[in-house]
Amino acid sequence: MTGVLHIFRQPWIWAWIGAVAVWLATATFTQGRGATEVLSAAMTFGAFFVIVALGQMFVITLGPGNVDLSIPACMTLAGTVAMKTMDGSAGMIPVGLLIALAIGAGVGAINYALIRMLRIPPIIATLSSSFIFQSAAIWWNRGLRVKPPEPLGDFTTAKIAGVPLIALLVMILAVAGHVLLTRTMYGRGVVAIGQNIRAAHLAGVKVERIRAATYIMCATLAGLCGYLLSAFSGGAALNMGEEYLLSSIAVVVIGGTSVAGGFANVPGLWGAALFLFLLVTMLNTFGAGAGVRLVLTGLIIIGVIVAASGGKRRT
Amino acid sequence: MTKDAPVVVLNGVEKSFGAVQALRGVSLELWAGECLGLVGHNGAGKSTLMNVLSGNLVPDTGRIEVAGSDITDRLTPQNATRHGVRCVYQELSLCPNLSVAENARITHPSISGPGWRRRARALIGGMLDTVFPGHGISADDIVGDLSIAKRQMVEIARSFAVTTTEARVVILDEPTSSLDAVAATKLLSHVRRYVEAGGSCVLISHLLGEILETSDRIAVMRDGGVVELDDAEHFNRDSLVAAMGSVAEDARDSADRPVIRDSAPIVVEARPKAPDSLALAAHQGEVVGLAGLSGQGQTELIVDVFDHASGAQVEGSVALVAGDRQTDGVFPLWSIADNISVGSLQRFLRGILIDQTQARDFADEWRQRIGIRTPDVDDPILSLSGGNQQKALFARALGSSAEIIVMDDPMRGVDVGTKQEVYGMIRDEAAQGRTFLWYTTEMDELRNCDHVYVFREGGIVADLPRAEMTEERVLHASFRADA
Repeated sequence: MTGVLHIFRQPWIWAWIGAVAVWLATATFTQGRGATEVLSAAMTFGAFFVIVALGQMFVITLGPGNVDLSIPACMTLAGTVAMKTMDGSAGMIPVGLLIALAIGAGVGAINYALIRMLRIPPIIATLSSSFIFQSAAIWWNRGLRVKPPEPLGDFTTAKIAGVPLIALLVMILAVAGHVLLTRTMYGRGVVAIGQNIRAAHLAGVKVERIRAATYIMCATLAGLCGYLLSAFSGGAALNMGEEYLLSSIAVVVIGGTSVAGGFANVPGLWGAALFLFLLVTMLNTFGAGAGVRLVLTGLIIIGVIVAASGGKRRT
Repeated sequence: MTKDAPVVVLNGVEKSFGAVQALRGVSLELWAGECLGLVGHNGAGKSTLMNVLSGNLVPDTGRIEVAGSDITDRLTPQNATRHGVRCVYQELSLCPNLSVAENARITHPSISGPGWRRRARALIGGMLDTVFPGHGISADDIVGDLSIAKRQMVEIARSFAVTTTEARVVILDEPTSSLDAVAATKLLSHVRRYVEAGGSCVLISHLLGEILETSDRIAVMRDGGVVELDDAEHFNRDSLVAAMGSVAEDARDSADRPVIRDSAPIVVEARPKAPDSLALAAHQGEVVGLAGLSGQGQTELIVDVFDHASGAQVEGSVALVAGDRQTDGVFPLWSIADNISVGSLQRFLRGILIDQTQARDFADEWRQRIGIRTPDVDDPILSLSGGNQQKALFARALGSSAEIIVMDDPMRGVDVGTKQEVYGMIRDEAAQGRTFLWYTTEMDELRNCDHVYVFREGGIVADLPRAEMTEERVLHASFRADA
């Protein structure tokens, strides 16, 4: 088996091939005009997708029924509370970050408590808790849009050698996530639980400890994303998390992680996040109407997933 | 069907999986009214051969005839079933989310239209009553809720049931490995009745006694080929073992080991919740057997000890060897190496990172020690035969640092030679101070134990030191006096 063939058996390759293909198609259509700007925008927005998708990937890998639907509400709550606390003051930036992370961790702990103590299926537990968190966000800021501290806003749009700074940082985060998944006791435990939770317990994996850590980590990453996204878009909006509900799941699945659990990879998250953003950009560039755009988005996603599962996955 | 032509002809069947040649030109005939015993080591090709006959695997070369028609080119499980070939798989093939009756309907599509549920219930219930009288299974039970022994009974009964397609050839792949002695006897006498009525049967088993008693002819497989084939009466236990190429059975008896019960400290104390149950005590370095019919509370006690649950006092860390490997043991998406090392990862930590080279070397060392038949521990665990998967689970537990090892009927599907080696390993580990709790339904395995507790209806009813342990006493305690 040659190295070239081997790479086509990687589950994440199809998301990357898709991303490159739609970018090339867009660039060809515009005859190269704006191609680098599109790429730069894709990296910034892709970075936000990857932050939440990283947490969602670990949750989904825990096995059938595990998914976190409270990500949008958690992002909104963390974003609004952090923005209001900082109130535009640059000195409060670290405090705001800590508050956003703490809110995320709290949301995750509540989600896990509902799942564990009340034995509610995760999909229901996180959906119902998300209504509470969303209402808390509405109550907290009463519809006001507080501007972020200026240095923080600048930070989220800064570029180094043309590459968005935030994308570079999220790449480092992704590498850490990859190491966490493949090289630590925690990561092995998550993958074992996703394949067979009873066998994992009987093999000595600390099942409940790992499940708790996973839900808390996922919500903490959502809190971080809410904080950065509010800073990026000039303040927290109540609907800012909306599109992150389905995209966080789509990015995980397109990236080659098994929806059935027990099988995950991190490189695919970046490929899929870039692919999703570039796909919408391409259809916009082509001047497709809203209806055509949604239909094509759906069909192309199906195509990538079919290609990916034909590559390597057995079940 | 004519009497003078064989029901099944396998001619020069070959099958390779990558570099491993599982079958090297097997030719075999099966006649109406006979039971053919099939024996051989784990990985000798028995299950592969039967998977070819039942249409699950397409052979690389060779010809397969059933009832006079060549079906080599149309080999699918559906087509094999249409020709009357039924298979009871070692890895059970029932759908766990469906009821017993619904599972029966799946392989009997002629049951259809209004009232199919009632007819499916009658079909499977009647067959269960015929093969396993007193089985205690309702046709409305959900399969996933049944113990592995009961699931095996359902699978067997479903294969013998006849609707519009007849059951001409029934393949039984390790059918008794999950059954206790009583259910196994019922099955084997049904096999004889079925064969005498003109049916054909292939019986695969590692229990040579039942092969010798039940079969008319016996085929011995080794390294993907049939090395001997003769009438059953021309074989005995020793000649079978010799033909399989096993090392001679280890005659070392546990009786020559000293009794350590009086001096060694107690490491496990547990009392099942059933009323009037005796308590179990295991001393350090002992091999303690949990006997009785299957499903009498032995597994529950083992899991309680593993969990350090209330009601069980356990001194030390515990590792478990699963018997129901699909449900309790194997991680199907992982390699053999990952499946073995998952029990010992703590040891390979460098800071917080796992040293993967070290973990793999550890798995490879255990592959050699316990003789897992694979060229490469990086291959997927599902590329192994059932018995070899079981060896990987043994390696996981024995290789861990646990002081206490609990085993839940762990020898299912493991061949004679390997069993002897594993017995030896268990005795050596015990001599070095490890403690074993060993649930088994096989008498031969109890002879390796220092002390035996017999379970019945969720409680312990007899407490037998090695010197007092006889087959008769174990059986006597397994049944209620009024039953």
